[in-house]
Amino acid sequence: MASIFDILGPVMVGPSSSHTAGAARIGMVARQLFGRQPRKATVYLHGSFAATGKGHGTDRALIAGLLGMKPDDMRIPESFEVAKEEGMEFSIAEKEIKEAHPNTAQVIMEAEGVNPMKVQAYSIGGGRIRVCKVDGIDVNFSGESNTLIIRNVDEPGMIKEVAAALSNAQINIATMQVFRDKRGGYAIMVVETDQIVPEEAMKELESKKGIIRVKFLVAN
Amino acid sequence: MSYQSMEEAQVRCEKEGIQFWKAVQLEDAKERDVTEEASWKEMKRMWQAMSDGLDAYEPELMSRSRMVGREGGLMDAYREAGDTLCGDFMAKVMSNALKMGCNNACMKRIVAAPTAGACGVMPAVLVTYYREYDVPEEKMIEALYVAAGIGQIIANRAYLAGASGGCQAEVGSGSGMAAAAICHVKGGDTAKIGHACAMALKNLMGLVCDPVGGLVEVPCVKRNVGGAFNAIAAADMALAGIESQIPVDQVIDAMKEVGDKMDVSLRETGFGGVAASVKAAEIVKRMNM
Repeated sequence: MASIFDILGPVMVGPSSSHTAGAARIGMVARQLFGRQPRKATVYLHGSFAATGKGHGTDRALIAGLLGMKPDDMRIPESFEVAKEEGMEFSIAEKEIKEAHPNTAQVIMEAEGVNPMKVQAYSIGGGRIRVCKVDGIDVNFSGESNTLIIRNVDEPGMIKEVAAALSNAQINIATMQVFRDKRGGYAIMVVETDQIVPEEAMKELESKKGIIRVKFLVAN
Repeated sequence: MSYQSMEEAQVRCEKEGIQFWKAVQLEDAKERDVTEEASWKEMKRMWQAMSDGLDAYEPELMSRSRMVGREGGLMDAYREAGDTLCGDFMAKVMSNALKMGCNNACMKRIVAAPTAGACGVMPAVLVTYYREYDVPEEKMIEALYVAAGIGQIIANRAYLAGASGGCQAEVGSGSGMAAAAICHVKGGDTAKIGHACAMALKNLMGLVCDPVGGLVEVPCVKRNVGGAFNAIAAADMALAGIESQIPVDQVIDAMKEVGDKMDVSLRETGFGGVAASVKAAEIVKRMNM
């Protein structure tokens, strides 16, 4: 359900809520998932993003988001130059992605000392987005709520561990989704929470056997 | 739960003895679980952003495609010469609609209202009026609630995206929202607000979305002028006591039906309307070089 500030708003840099504001948000959420500014980013644009992206500044908005800029940041038009100053290498190419939404972008982020990460997301209009793939595993979240993302090994008891850790920290779960690539393979849990998950709870989760990575996106 | 119809909102207003804008604010506070003050503060931020956006216009700046950018400045110069057909106030409305449209195309900051493509309509009507006449700022923020409430009803019954329902859903809706908003500023009650919106929507019903090269530039920038003028005309009609024979909820439903019947080439694909003209093809070819 759209709030009145989806109707009147967002405040954004033009020209398009789907192709500019949404693209900036995709970059921003991808950066949050990665947990840092990438040293190198490879961006692929699909469908309408590829066809009219240049004229809409989709390319610049995506890079701006990866640099941590919000959709109303006046520096979006100069994001390529800012990336250069800040030493973030990037490349942008068109790519046909099978069965993807017309406004889809794929972002591969790399940095020293960490595994690269691949995020696929699409823009649904009004500046809103859905993240649909993280490292090849199907997911579905917007980043509009507080979101805890846990990458783990697909084995019994993992959900219980997460639920217990959140319960101990007095965190209420709003929604919870579980995805996996294959039985006994890797899984991703996407947990939307009413409260901010504190650092200690994150550390506790990370220390559990079978949990590979824990990321928390604050609602924005 | 936001309002599904103007009728529903009107019933609540009468029952509780509140104005339409207040009914919208109360629903927002409830829906997002915030205080009325917090909701007001956020709406004030939208108002400020609209106002700041207009001032940020640069007459020499052009969009990357070079199709638009100077229109706001040209209109200013023409108005300052003092010989316009439509008079000084309406010429200012025109300038401001063009400026916001150009700002959007030139990657400056705007407020999507309801969309980026239609971002010029609301500030052209409301900010221009505010700067021209002695009216408290609070009244303008109330007016934004009126506009947002109307927009929400349109979103619930039809749509606000050109790709879904053509430009009638974008500039058309923006015009209906602005008509309702300025009608409130001028003291119109909930019934008059509804009539103003209904008349504005009817006048732009069927408007197609045909952006040249798929860019939010041609004909979008100038269509914001059409939307703003139409909003003021509709509000003046409502304030004069002229009523829409068709209630606003049914006009919105009709707009949805028209949008559903609209060929896909006329819904933001860039394959119909002026986007399919010979000149548009030349422009696209030049841009891709």
